[in-house]
Amino acid sequence: MLGRTANGLFWMFRYLERAENTARLLEAGLRMALTRDLITAEEEWRSVIHAAGESRAYRAKHGTYTGIQVWNHILRDKDNSGSVLAMMRQVRTNARAVRNAISGELWRVVNESWMQLDDALLRPVTQGSVGDVIALVKRAGTLAHGAMANSMLRDAGYNFARAGTLVERADNTARILDMKYYLLLPSLSYVGTPLDSGQWDHVLRSVSGQRAYRWLNAGQTDPRGIVQFLVLDERFPRSLAYCHSLLQQNLESLSKNRKEGLESTGLIRRSAARLGDLTVGQIFEQGLHEFLVEFMGCNARIALAISDDYRFQR
Amino acid sequence: MSGAAQTFDEMYDADGAVRPAYADYAAWFEAQEPGWLRRKNQETEGVFRRTGITFNVYGEDAAEERLIPFDMIPRIVSAAEWRRLSRGIEQRVRALNAFIHDLYHRQEIIRAGRVPERLFRDNAAWLPNMVGFTPPGGVYTHVVGIDLVRTGPNDFFVLEDNARTPSGVSYMLENRETMMGMFPELFTRSQVETVSDYPMRLARSLAACAPPGTMGKPVVAVLTPGIYNSAYYEHAFLADQMGAELVEGSDLRVVDGRVAMRTTCGYEPIDVLYRRVDDEYLDALTFNPESVLGVPGLMDVYRAGRITIANAPGTGVADDKAVYSFMPDIVEFYTGEKPLLPNVETFRCADPDSLRYVLDNLAELVVKEVHGSGGYGMLVGPAASKREIAEFRRKLVARPENYIAQPTLALSTCPVFTRRGLAPRHVDLRPYVLVSPNGIEITPGGLTRVALKKGSLVVNSSQGGGTKDTWVLKD
Repeated sequence: MLGRTANGLFWMFRYLERAENTARLLEAGLRMALTRDLITAEEEWRSVIHAAGESRAYRAKHGTYTGIQVWNHILRDKDNSGSVLAMMRQVRTNARAVRNAISGELWRVVNESWMQLDDALLRPVTQGSVGDVIALVKRAGTLAHGAMANSMLRDAGYNFARAGTLVERADNTARILDMKYYLLLPSLSYVGTPLDSGQWDHVLRSVSGQRAYRWLNAGQTDPRGIVQFLVLDERFPRSLAYCHSLLQQNLESLSKNRKEGLESTGLIRRSAARLGDLTVGQIFEQGLHEFLVEFMGCNARIALAISDDYRFQR
Repeated sequence: MSGAAQTFDEMYDADGAVRPAYADYAAWFEAQEPGWLRRKNQETEGVFRRTGITFNVYGEDAAEERLIPFDMIPRIVSAAEWRRLSRGIEQRVRALNAFIHDLYHRQEIIRAGRVPERLFRDNAAWLPNMVGFTPPGGVYTHVVGIDLVRTGPNDFFVLEDNARTPSGVSYMLENRETMMGMFPELFTRSQVETVSDYPMRLARSLAACAPPGTMGKPVVAVLTPGIYNSAYYEHAFLADQMGAELVEGSDLRVVDGRVAMRTTCGYEPIDVLYRRVDDEYLDALTFNPESVLGVPGLMDVYRAGRITIANAPGTGVADDKAVYSFMPDIVEFYTGEKPLLPNVETFRCADPDSLRYVLDNLAELVVKEVHGSGGYGMLVGPAASKREIAEFRRKLVARPENYIAQPTLALSTCPVFTRRGLAPRHVDLRPYVLVSPNGIEITPGGLTRVALKKGSLVVNSSQGGGTKDTWVLKD
């Protein structure tokens, strides 16, 4: 497989994952805003902007954090190169560039999703339609993953596509978790209050994990349980342990017939092994924030190593 | 357009009776409910849009992708007509290859005084690097598109030879897929020759042209300028269907005397490069130094006999419109036979007598730039305003050698589906031909282009033309 094609597949799925996660983040924000008074809603929207990494760009244009401004900025603002619309365009552009490495089915669902979304985002998104747009984005991801699972050859291309998804997903989960710890809680005195648990609920919703978590924990919402769930539970498809354990499988399969050891394979082995041995106690001992920053750095190094090992560029 | 009454209609004869080749189809069509046909017609755009069968338009927003309009009434060619056409096409393609070989070697046709020397000397597509070099297998034009027009029951003319990088074959294939998807019952009623094996034949034909030293199964790759090229859809489609890699210039470099592509496991040599990049961009070391679309050093590898380039560089020397006017002589010179397919009568404006005639009759003629393509830079006399004619007259007088002129033919028409029912529109036909040392293969059918505007003679997609499925019936 061409290095450029591998790169295209990897980024096609990174952008798809990022767009989907952004939609989930928005969905969680929307729900929180509906259940709070205006002021707290403002705080929720601010945190959504922050989690999306859009604080600076947003402040340059807007003075207030109203829902309609926030979701239009995130979904379709022309000046926002990280908007959902821009990301989905990247998904399609990458898919076009690697068309002969993906199945016809996958291409068609990506193309159709893009057409629908492009159409839905032609005009500003109103309160009445924001839910539909979010559903469209999530559906785009579901369709693409489904088409891939059902029709793509399990060869290098599949592994690069999966690697893109998992690297991005791990980063997103870590970022949302970190954001909660540092930004949402005004001060430590809130720990354990209804506001606190409401925000943890927000975090779970952002990764579509609220139902799974409740199922596993019989409704007990506490920081330890949630960190255990989002970082270490290999059953949850957005946990860090799940992402890196699967990523290890993809990278092992890619490097199977290589004579020399590859940097990316070494890095993922170490990370997956570490997450496998870790306990929640150890994470809190190190400090959740410190742990997450270290994890995100390691995740980024793995992505870079994949790009070097498989000649994505030159 | 002189004498609309003489226009040959492919489906109906002068009395309005259905021609034999269309009998089955017409019976089916009559039996369909009009509302249902209209709904089917509306569906087609969605099908193409979803599948992403698009072409990019230069000069517009880079992301702008357009659909080529598709008309759902097939153009039908009988088995007997096709046999006659194929013989003519094969003869012409054999002559084209012999002609290019001769131009880059002994130039016997020039010594024999059958064509003038200026034909290659003034030709922008002439490549001195190719002189004395014979491509692997002796093939210059591996993929050829011969544009044909029809004026009567037995009157087919060659309008143009596309010997460098003919495009549109993906539309031929997708049009058929679309028709089979929308009207499956039609294909059980009529026995239509298949076109869908074209990519497989192309792969086989290209592999058969691999250079002599090739070990094992030849590695074939399609070279595209990238996703913003107007024909990118086709490049990706063909690579996909052939199971070949789709490469860009940035993926390639010369490694150990071979052209190799950067794979995830290192550089892997390529044996056959089906390039969809023009000559001048192929090799920055030999041609345009600014080009990033090609591979620096490609021509050295080529001349060392270590890669096949399809079509061969310098092939364009044969599909110049000035060369076209000599094609009857060229065919006769190399095959020893009279051409089976005539040319459209062509006036070379470089010749003073012809120029005078052309200037006197501009309103009746089609004038084309010798090196132009895609319907740009041409004058369609009968459709032009007085001002346009006057403007063209100035251009002609300034650079007569830059133009040829042809009478406006009464191009045949084929019905298209409109909101008010069937309506005749002018068509042409581009069959696709594959050449390898093993022989010449012609896919039964081709791309029918149709002028969607009433009365228009311009069928180019860049000028708003559409396409139709083309059926060659089995006996």
